[in-house]
Amino acid sequence: MEGKAEATQTATPGASPEQKRYGAVLDVAMKVGLLVLLITFVLYLIGAPKPHVPVGDVSANWSLKVDKYLEVTQIEKGWSWAKNLGKSDFLTFAPIAFLASVTVICYLTILPIFIKRKDFIYTGLVLAEVLVLVLAASGVLPSGGH
Amino acid sequence: MSKRCTLFFIIALFILMAIFAAGMVQAWTGDASPANPGGADSAIPWWGWPLILLVVTFFMGILAVLGGVGGAVLYTPIIGGFFPFGMDFVRGAGLFVALAGSLAAGPGLLKKGLADLRLAMPVALIASTTAVMGAMVGLALSDAIINTAMGIAILAIVVIMFLAKKSEYPEVGKADALSSALRINGVYHEPSSGKDIDWKIHRTIHGLILFVGIGFMAGMFGLGAGWANVPVLNLVMGAPLKVSVATSKFLLATTDTSAAWMYLNAGAVIPMIVVPSIIGIMMGSLVGVKILAKSKPSAVRAVVLTMLVFAGVRALLKGTGIWK
Repeated sequence: MEGKAEATQTATPGASPEQKRYGAVLDVAMKVGLLVLLITFVLYLIGAPKPHVPVGDVSANWSLKVDKYLEVTQIEKGWSWAKNLGKSDFLTFAPIAFLASVTVICYLTILPIFIKRKDFIYTGLVLAEVLVLVLAASGVLPSGGH
Repeated sequence: MSKRCTLFFIIALFILMAIFAAGMVQAWTGDASPANPGGADSAIPWWGWPLILLVVTFFMGILAVLGGVGGAVLYTPIIGGFFPFGMDFVRGAGLFVALAGSLAAGPGLLKKGLADLRLAMPVALIASTTAVMGAMVGLALSDAIINTAMGIAILAIVVIMFLAKKSEYPEVGKADALSSALRINGVYHEPSSGKDIDWKIHRTIHGLILFVGIGFMAGMFGLGAGWANVPVLNLVMGAPLKVSVATSKFLLATTDTSAAWMYLNAGAVIPMIVVPSIIGIMMGSLVGVKILAKSKPSAVRAVVLTMLVFAGVRALLKGTGIWK
C-alpha cells in the first residue's frame, strides 16, 4: 500500500484562488462569531438583559428530552429565538446560528469565481451545497416528534 | 506560551469567574438549589456542571489532539454517559464542538494548501445531505435506542481505529474517471523532505458511497466524522495522509453544519452546555498542540482507545438499562 511520493517540477504547491478566498472569509467570520458568542454568553450569565429562562431553571430541565424541555420552558422550536433577541438566553443563539451559517457564507463568496471561470461542475456543487444547508437551516424539515 | 493561547486562557478564566459570580448571586438572592439543582438527580448546583464541563472538555481537547481524533467522538459518549444532560442536548453540543473546531482550523489548513477544496466539496455535499437525514432519525428516536446504537457504533469505531493502517503516500496508479472530471488533484509542500508532493485520487465512487454512511452517523449520533473521514480519504481514495487529515478537519464544518441546524431548529441546543464545551475543547486543543511533540503517540492512542471503549460500554449499558 505504501507508495513513493512523486516530486514534481511542473506544478507548484499552494492554495487555489477559491481556496484562498474561502480561507480568508472563514478566518474573519469564525473569529467574529466566536467573539460575539463569548460576549453574549457572559451577558446571559450575568442576566443582562433578563433571560426568558433563568440560568438556574435551565439546569432543572436539561436532563429532559428536547420536546419535554421546550414544553416546560415554553420555548418554541425553529427560529422563534430570533423574535426574542431582547432576552439574553435567546441573544446567545444569534452567534450560534451565525457560526452555523459561516459555511454558507464562505460557499457563496467563492461562487463568482467558479461562474467567471465557467466551471459548471463546481458551480453546481456550490449551489447544491448551499441549497442543502439552507434547507436544513430553514426549519421546514421535520426534526424530532417523539 | 503563544499570545493566542494566553488569550484563550484569559477568556476561559473570565467565563469561569462569570459562572461562579452568577451562581453566587443566585445563591444570595435565594433563587438557587434546591429549587434549581444541577439536574433531575443531581446534588451539584446548576453552575457546578458547566464548570466541570469546561474542565473535562479542556482535558478532552488535549487528548483529542494527542490521540489524533476529533473532539466530538470523545465528547458525545463521555458527556452523554456521565453528565446529567439529555442526549438530544449532548448530541447537539457535540456537533457544535466539531463545527467550531473545524471552523477554527479551516483558514490555516486552506491557506497552506493542505486541506483541498476540490476534494472536500463533493464528499461534503454527500455527507451533509445524509447528516440531515441522520439528525432527523436521531431526534425521532428514544434515548435508550440512541444510547444502545451509539454504544455499538463507538465500539465499532474503536475496532476501526485499532485495525486501520495509515499510508503517508498511498500509491495511486491512475486517477479514476470521476476524480479526473472533477479535477481532484493537487500539490503540497512537504517540509520534512523538502519536496513538493503531487497527488491524485482513485476509487472516488467507493469513497462517495462510504460518505453516505459517515454523514448519516455524524447527524444521528452527533459524533463529528473525523474518525471515518481520514481512513476513507487516505486508504480508500488514496489521498496523502496529511491532505486526508487536513481535508477531513475542514469538511467537518460542512457535514456538521447541516446536522447542527437540525438540532438547533429542534430546540436541542442549550448555550449553557454548548459554550463551555466549545471553549474547553478549543483551549485543550491549543495546549495539546503545544505538548504534541513531547508526547508518546502510542501511549496517548492507548488512552484514547481505552476511553472510547469505556464510553462505548457505558452508552451500551445505559441504553439497555443495565447501568442507568
